[in-house]
Amino acid sequence: MTVGRTLRSVAVAAPALLWAAPALAHVQKGEAAGFVTGLLHPISGLDHVLAMVAVGLWGAQLGSPAIWMLPVAFPMVMAFGGMLGLMGVALPGVEVAIALSGILLGSAVMLEVRPRVVFAAALVAFFAVFHGHAHGTELPAGQSSLLYSLGFIVATGTLHAVGIGIGEIRRASWGRAVLRSAGALVAVGGVFFLWRALA
Amino acid sequence: MIAPRSPPAGWRRGAVAVCAAACPGLALAHLNSTGMGPVYDGVLHFLLSPEDLVPALSLALLAGLRDASQGRKALFVLPAAWLAGGVLGSSLAATSGSPFVSAAWFLLLGGLVAADARLPATATVSLAGVVGLYHGGLNGSGMGGRGVAFAALLGLSSAVFVLVALASALVVSLRARWARIAVRVAGSWVAAAGILMVGWAMRVRGR
Repeated sequence: MTVGRTLRSVAVAAPALLWAAPALAHVQKGEAAGFVTGLLHPISGLDHVLAMVAVGLWGAQLGSPAIWMLPVAFPMVMAFGGMLGLMGVALPGVEVAIALSGILLGSAVMLEVRPRVVFAAALVAFFAVFHGHAHGTELPAGQSSLLYSLGFIVATGTLHAVGIGIGEIRRASWGRAVLRSAGALVAVGGVFFLWRALA
Repeated sequence: MIAPRSPPAGWRRGAVAVCAAACPGLALAHLNSTGMGPVYDGVLHFLLSPEDLVPALSLALLAGLRDASQGRKALFVLPAAWLAGGVLGSSLAATSGSPFVSAAWFLLLGGLVAADARLPATATVSLAGVVGLYHGGLNGSGMGGRGVAFAALLGLSSAVFVLVALASALVVSLRARWARIAVRVAGSWVAAAGILMVGWAMRVRGR
């Protein structure tokens, strides 16, 4: 099967799978609700979005295997952070850590820092704990926690993919500079959120 | 070309009538009525229950990542075990099982897909058998051992069959490296959802 055909069949199947749940929300007695809430939640906070996209940008900049290792590590460890939040384990300075993640990841892209993959993954994973702790647990009453979690993770992964997509401009002759500027933009956003968290 | 219509149409009408007559008798412990009889109720239940759908899908991805032969084995073992589990479970009182076990399935199957684990065929088949028996058992629980319940379980298992056929065949056909990585990323998302499920289960317990 060619890539085109594969993509086409995925494109047909994905909407069918994604739309089934919300359309029948009232039939499933509320159990099917939650996916869209989870899907939209990560997009609702710019501090979260910037860091997610920065992970993708950095991954694209570093190339294989970081390009897929970072976006795999982040949702997994973020889920772990969410689990800690659900268990009631307190985590100090969550908002500060999220702002710092924007600053550090943005700076890494801006300065084209190239650590070993393990260190890059460890840095990403460290901050993922705080992102999950802050955002993974805000479930509206009466909605399915499983669907919420799936939506939350899918949205986070998709934000990484957006970052990777943007990051691929590095292949163009002018792309490298643009990518570094994007990193700078994320870092500036991080500074703003740090100021807001501390003020 | 026009196929002879009367026998199939008659069959269909008969089947619909039987289902319609049988439906009110169904306890509907957790099945939602499609209005098209227990077979379709079973199909719909599977397709709208992520706690069943995702493990089945993960298993299909896992088998597909290996080769066509593992995919073919999973294709028959998983639905058959699901049906057997359902029949066995239908004498039990309705239960949705332990949330920790459900989370463990997500973690195990998602983790294996993410790791692109090179399981031997026997391991994949055994895994399919256990997943099918467990989830089928949960689906069957509370249905009562009547014919209607069997019809619903049959619909359910058929939906499992179709899902495994489509998903594992798609993955088997993937050759590009990025496409296989995309499948593994999907596995990591399933595992991540499993981690969050552990958290939800503990929160519910804590209250």
